[in-house]
Amino acid sequence: MARIDLVDLAHCYGGNDAAPESFALKPISMTWRQGGAYALLGPSGCGKTTLLNLISGIVTPSRGKILFDGVDITLLSTQKRNIAQVFQFPVIYDTMTVGQNLAFPLKNRGVAHGEIDARVAEIARLLDLTPYLERKATRLTPDAKQKISLGRGIVRSDVAAVLFDEPLTVIDPELKWELRSKLKALHRALDLTMIYVTHDQTEALTFADTVVVMHDGRVVQSGTPAELFDKPEHTFVGYFIGSPGMNIVPAHVQGREARIDGHVIALNRAYDRLPAGARIEVGVRPEFVSVAKPAPGLLSAAIERIDDLGRIRFARVRIGKVKFAARVPEGFSIPSQEAGLVFDPARVHVYADSRLVEGSA
Amino acid sequence: MDKTVNQKAWLLVLPVFLIVAFSAILPLMTVVNYSMQDTFGNNQFFWNGVGWFKELLDPSTDLGSRFFASLWRNLFFSAVILAIEVPLGIVVALSMPREGWRVAACLVMMALPLLIPWNVVGTIWQIFGRPDIGLLGYVLNSLGINYNYVSNEFDAWATVIVMDVWHWTSLVALLCYAGLKSIPDAYYQAAQIDGASRWAVFKAIQLPKMNRVLLIAVLLRFMDSFMIYTEPFVVTGGGPGNSTTFVSIELVKIALGQFDLGKAAALSLVYNLIVLIVCWVFYTVMTNVGTDRQANQGAA
Repeated sequence: MARIDLVDLAHCYGGNDAAPESFALKPISMTWRQGGAYALLGPSGCGKTTLLNLISGIVTPSRGKILFDGVDITLLSTQKRNIAQVFQFPVIYDTMTVGQNLAFPLKNRGVAHGEIDARVAEIARLLDLTPYLERKATRLTPDAKQKISLGRGIVRSDVAAVLFDEPLTVIDPELKWELRSKLKALHRALDLTMIYVTHDQTEALTFADTVVVMHDGRVVQSGTPAELFDKPEHTFVGYFIGSPGMNIVPAHVQGREARIDGHVIALNRAYDRLPAGARIEVGVRPEFVSVAKPAPGLLSAAIERIDDLGRIRFARVRIGKVKFAARVPEGFSIPSQEAGLVFDPARVHVYADSRLVEGSA
Repeated sequence: MDKTVNQKAWLLVLPVFLIVAFSAILPLMTVVNYSMQDTFGNNQFFWNGVGWFKELLDPSTDLGSRFFASLWRNLFFSAVILAIEVPLGIVVALSMPREGWRVAACLVMMALPLLIPWNVVGTIWQIFGRPDIGLLGYVLNSLGINYNYVSNEFDAWATVIVMDVWHWTSLVALLCYAGLKSIPDAYYQAAQIDGASRWAVFKAIQLPKMNRVLLIAVLLRFMDSFMIYTEPFVVTGGGPGNSTTFVSIELVKIALGQFDLGKAAALSLVYNLIVLIVCWVFYTVMTNVGTDRQANQGAA
């Protein structure tokens, strides 16, 4: 169990001399709290697996340091790091029984027999694998195999952190939810630092108390699911998280007003010192814009279609050339193709070159 | 609805049937025919029933003793080359590079012995081992080792075995290499995290993942070495004495050397039967391993 610090950590598969833009992981510094449940969220190729492999020691970083509880372990081999990792596809040792699979890491480390048996029994109980201990591991279902992979990680009592690399990819949808709850329960029971890599926002938001969103080799925001939803610090977080994603439209912002396609929207805060020459955009989640009957003073939009998600309906509209999504209030019937948009000023954010700008009150 | 009876399909099968008849069934029947008869030349044949088979399977007769001697010799030869080639092939496969231009270089070099015709392999080693002009024979004798595969039984065996190992270990290695390449990286990474030693990785991951290709390798090498003829015939001619006379060499001696067609035909059939039985056993074992695995996946 440990706190993990990353200090100016960066990696490039092409070597240290490569151009900064080609780095799979651009320099980052951050701290992973002991006992935290983290999710690393981002699209394929954003560097999240690279970051995970750097922490587990499968990949040695081009630059920077990794500290476990303040001790520099950057050059330490994977074996010596006390990291557990669960891979995308279940890794089990074919010739061994479930029990032997679980005992394998302890046997390799020369732990005494009695202790091995006790630990294996305990972990099997935690993971509901006790009835299968004597069975050959190859004969089990993918979710049971994935549990064995996890069990091999946490069977060591001194494990510093458990890393998951998209562990639910091969699991049936109805079992995914069950396995995820199991992970949460384990996290509470064992007080382990867990880092969970995924490109599925539902998985990330339900598993983690801190979600780290990565984009193009950078960490663009890390925060609670609520923070990511309410106040995305980067336009990427805005449209990657949430379904549908945040509306992000080019705008002219001056003081407490944003001008979109000639219409003025009120803002809650004053934006007087926007960086000169930056690309200014306004971002607002579809949940905080609603369609209404066209009226003077409302931003007018053309409705293209309505998505009925069951609990909630979203209208896909068009403002000039810009696509936009907005909530359809309950009981509201769409009179025509034309509609007005009502904004919640407190929820409208301003972005300069994709980064959130804090306005002044 | 009634099925239409369509006899046209027979026409499509007929060409294949004719080809197989002329290439396999008729020659085999000729052999069966010979095995039941005796001849003293002049194309005159006399009925002998199962006489040749009785003689062949009775070690107290000349024919029987020669057959069994060559059979045990051949089985011993197969056992020795398997015991060398399989572990050696695994070791070679394990030490082959995983990526980069070296892979291609290695594969080409390893494939070379496999591409040389049997006769040429025999000739290469026949010359290579000669004490007067062969590099190997000359060097060994200059070092004070009395090596002569023509007169010394042990030297003859050693030459034939080393030649087979040289010729065929690549096949085992290439098959193992293919098996190793199919193991996903995650297995090695997981083993690293689990603190597995090199030996534990081999035992827990590599060997189990190679077991199917290894079965194929063992089958191929056993069948090939059990039917070996050309290479030892070119090098030692089955000698000194009969010490490297394997079953097919004995067969040719009887058929073409003594022109005992009946005896040779009986031996051929028994030889063929042994090969078929061993093939069938291997095939059954292999498909059972396969279905076992499929059943697992079905359960999973």
